[in-house]
Amino acid sequence: MIRIKGVKKSFGDLKVLNNINLEIPQSNVSAIIGPSGAGKSTLIRAVNALEDIDSGEIIVDGVSVHDKKTNINKIRTEIGFVFQSFNLYPFLTALENVTIASINVKKTDKAEAIERGRELLSSLGLEDKFHSYPSKLSGGQQQRVAIARALAMDPKVMLFDEPTSALDPEMIKEVLDAIRKLAKSGMTMMVVTHEMGFAKEMCDQIVFMADGSIIEVAPPKTFFTNPVSPRAQDFLSKVLNH
Amino acid sequence: MYQADWSVIPQNIGLLLDGVLLTLQISALALIISIPVGVILGLCRISKNKILSLLATAYIEFIRGVPLLVLLFWIFFVLGKFLQLGPYWSAVLGLAAFSGAFVAEIIRAGIESIPRGQMEAARSSGMTYFQAMRLIILPQAFRKMLPPLASQFIILIKDSSLVSVISVTDLTLVAKNLIVTSFRSLEVWTAVAILYFIITFTLSQIIRIFERKFKLRE
Ligand SMILES: Nc1ncnc2c1ncn2[C@@H]1O[C@H](COP(=O)(O)OP(=O)(O)OP(=O)(O)O)[C@@H](O)[C@H]1O
Ligand SMILES: [Mg+2]
Repeated sequence: MIRIKGVKKSFGDLKVLNNINLEIPQSNVSAIIGPSGAGKSTLIRAVNALEDIDSGEIIVDGVSVHDKKTNINKIRTEIGFVFQSFNLYPFLTALENVTIASINVKKTDKAEAIERGRELLSSLGLEDKFHSYPSKLSGGQQQRVAIARALAMDPKVMLFDEPTSALDPEMIKEVLDAIRKLAKSGMTMMVVTHEMGFAKEMCDQIVFMADGSIIEVAPPKTFFTNPVSPRAQDFLSKVLNH
Repeated sequence: MYQADWSVIPQNIGLLLDGVLLTLQISALALIISIPVGVILGLCRISKNKILSLLATAYIEFIRGVPLLVLLFWIFFVLGKFLQLGPYWSAVLGLAAFSGAFVAEIIRAGIESIPRGQMEAARSSGMTYFQAMRLIILPQAFRKMLPPLASQFIILIKDSSLVSVISVTDLTLVAKNLIVTSFRSLEVWTAVAILYFIITFTLSQIIRIFERKFKLRE
């Protein structure tokens, strides 16, 4: 579903992505983990071209995302993106946040879009928040609205860049539960996360990055019990012992 | 001692109000034209296209460096003669060209004050750059631009008094003419100052009400 082939990217002299190759099959849930500055955000943002790449290719659902001939707006409707900082539209209600793109981009009939928006928000436990503005919602609620907003386009893949890092501890679970439910429904997902428990229990593969490279790709069991590379061993000993 | 005689004001109130109306009309037209001009200039200014952004910057810097009076003369005597504009449209165009440069800066600042994540969220849902601008960025930027745009309108109304030099019978020219016939400069200029103040003060009050309404909605 997502194929990343030989992707390189630098910010000036800094090589942020160093020949990245990665394959994510349909319905696979991959956790991208690694130390700060490893290039995780840059990689996941490159998948829907929020970030340019210098060379290589990223293919999502058969479409080469960075090809000049690709209609980037069309392929982006197939890729849901959830940000660490939610990025909800503050002047729109939760329901309007969820429906605005499907009404204006997909040209979905308005009543239909609203119906679908209500459904999505309700399924994420927000049935009483349709008409609330983001500033009136807790962080966990805002992130669930953001997930509903991404799902409203009926994407084929979902990307999450540290969806729980901006949340208070008591709200992390409600967002992880939402992502878990999505994984169970068979959605193809890439999740950049520092939640090792979540990665271990929920994900099909762990992608460990450091210094702009993918160091290790393994099923969670193998990765957490028997990491091969010294970098991964070192990283795990730090995050698991604090 | 000078004996004030205010009767000149009520006797000529019709003329004065015509002047007020023309002042308002020219300023409003200039503002209405300068908003799309400013939006386009502002968008060019922040565009990644170097040529567009250079052209917009050059225009803005040029306008800011030339006195409005000189610009009005130039438009009236050069461009206006060439395009057969006449005083009224020369005045409107001159004020719009002038105000456009300032509106452009207001719009640029408004757009740049919206966090990057808003554009990213909009684009990542498949909106084109212009859809994202229209549906997500500009509605938010507009709320921030309202107070400076309103001040710009008030500045425009005051600056518009300069159009009297190209024989547009705005409030200021009505006053000048009235003094020629009545010799009552103290009374007339006092009345005119008060009239300008009433216009600008009323406007700033209306704007304040609008601002409060917008704030309530978030
Ligand atoms: N726009 C940019 N300009 C210059 N350097 C950048 C830019 N964005 C990221 N970088 C640099 O690229 C490197 C990788 O950044 P990236 O955000 O992808 O890391 P990350 O793995 O997501 O880290 P974190 O866990 O802290 O989010 C970092 O060294 C960062 O400083
Ligand atoms: Mg990051």
